[in-house]
Amino acid sequence: MLSVAGLHLWRGDRHVLRGVSFTAEAGHCVLLTGKNGAGKTTLLRAVAGLLDPEQGEVTWRGASARKTRDDFHTELVYLGHEAPLKGDLTGRENLRYAIGIRRIVTGAEIDAALVRTAAQPFADRPVRTLSAGQRRRVALAGVLLAGASIWLLDEPTTNLDSDGKRLVAGLIEEQLAAGGIVVAAVHQDLDLGSGRIVNLELGTT
Amino acid sequence: MKTRPLEAARLVMLRDLRLAFRKPSQLLQPLMFFMIVATLFPLTLTPELSRLRDAAPGVLWVGALLSSLLALEFLFRDDAQDGTLEQFALSGQSLTWMLFAKTCVHWLLTGLPLALSAPVAAVGLGVPAQAMWSVVASLALGGFALSLIGAISAGLTLGARRGGVLLSLLTLPLAVPILVFGADATQRAITGGEIAPPMYLLGAIAVLGVTLAPLAAAAAVRIGLE
Repeated sequence: MLSVAGLHLWRGDRHVLRGVSFTAEAGHCVLLTGKNGAGKTTLLRAVAGLLDPEQGEVTWRGASARKTRDDFHTELVYLGHEAPLKGDLTGRENLRYAIGIRRIVTGAEIDAALVRTAAQPFADRPVRTLSAGQRRRVALAGVLLAGASIWLLDEPTTNLDSDGKRLVAGLIEEQLAAGGIVVAAVHQDLDLGSGRIVNLELGTT
Repeated sequence: MKTRPLEAARLVMLRDLRLAFRKPSQLLQPLMFFMIVATLFPLTLTPELSRLRDAAPGVLWVGALLSSLLALEFLFRDDAQDGTLEQFALSGQSLTWMLFAKTCVHWLLTGLPLALSAPVAAVGLGVPAQAMWSVVASLALGGFALSLIGAISAGLTLGARRGGVLLSLLTLPLAVPILVFGADATQRAITGGEIAPPMYLLGAIAVLGVTLAPLAAAAAVRIGLE
């Protein structure tokens, strides 16, 4: 169970997060909505531990995420606005190194993930020659490969075509069915079938 | 199964080496800078080798320091921009080990080539042939210490928009001892003296750097990512 309690965070003199709280059980998806600047990215980064909240706490399985940072991070994967890929490496190389530092990964696993996100045809081209949508597909393969329980996704459907949007919805549903937790900031509606979805609108308090 | 810390560090090294060989111009730039600085002195100061010989340690070490400052900018900048450092910080692995690996590769690709090419510059400055090994050794060791100390400043300036000048200002005071002992070692090598004492001191600084700098750099990078 991932629980966020009373998160307050300032950026400079702006009070961005004003006491945000939510709880996500295994198999639940938290969809963050809100206007631009409402603090969706800030909240995701604070949950990931990249930002230090002034008040409040993130707990994972009853333990403070801050105190058990490395264990928490092993079970978490964060995908931001930009796909964290190296332009001079191919998609496959990017995944091999990025996932390799997290867990032992085989070439077959990488292939399977690339096929799942339909990134196989361009996986051996340098990432800088790929379109934004293609990069996102490679990055999504990385999210799959990380084998994490918690997915933190910031606008996962950005730059994706309609097939890609269905793919993201499908991946999230699979993750939930496997007992994982997804926290995603979304603009467009994601077509999620299952009912264990918590909507959290930011910037209203 | 989770990757062991040393294996993760090894992967970081392999990745950086592969990236470097795909984009070699970034590596050649500091090296070219060093060579140009060193060759300008005989043209401007005096062509007399005996006088140049007196200035050689200073020229070599100031050139090496400035060129290493130039190279330091590339240490974390690209990885910070494309989100790789963020993923390192969230990988559940020790950021300290991964940054240490990055720093070692950085030295391997900038500091070591500089030390190895120093004899070419040194010949032009009238350094006798028998002193070359000592010149290379002192620059290699001093360069390693410079890379380690520079990693802390590079981490601290990640968040700054035009970090280059700040980076130099932060690194220079810490680099002064390396400069002093390094130039002393080179001076002694040229005059045929005993180079062991300043080399031991350089070694001590490098050991101190190995133990403390990666920890400090990791803490600095975590702050820089905020």
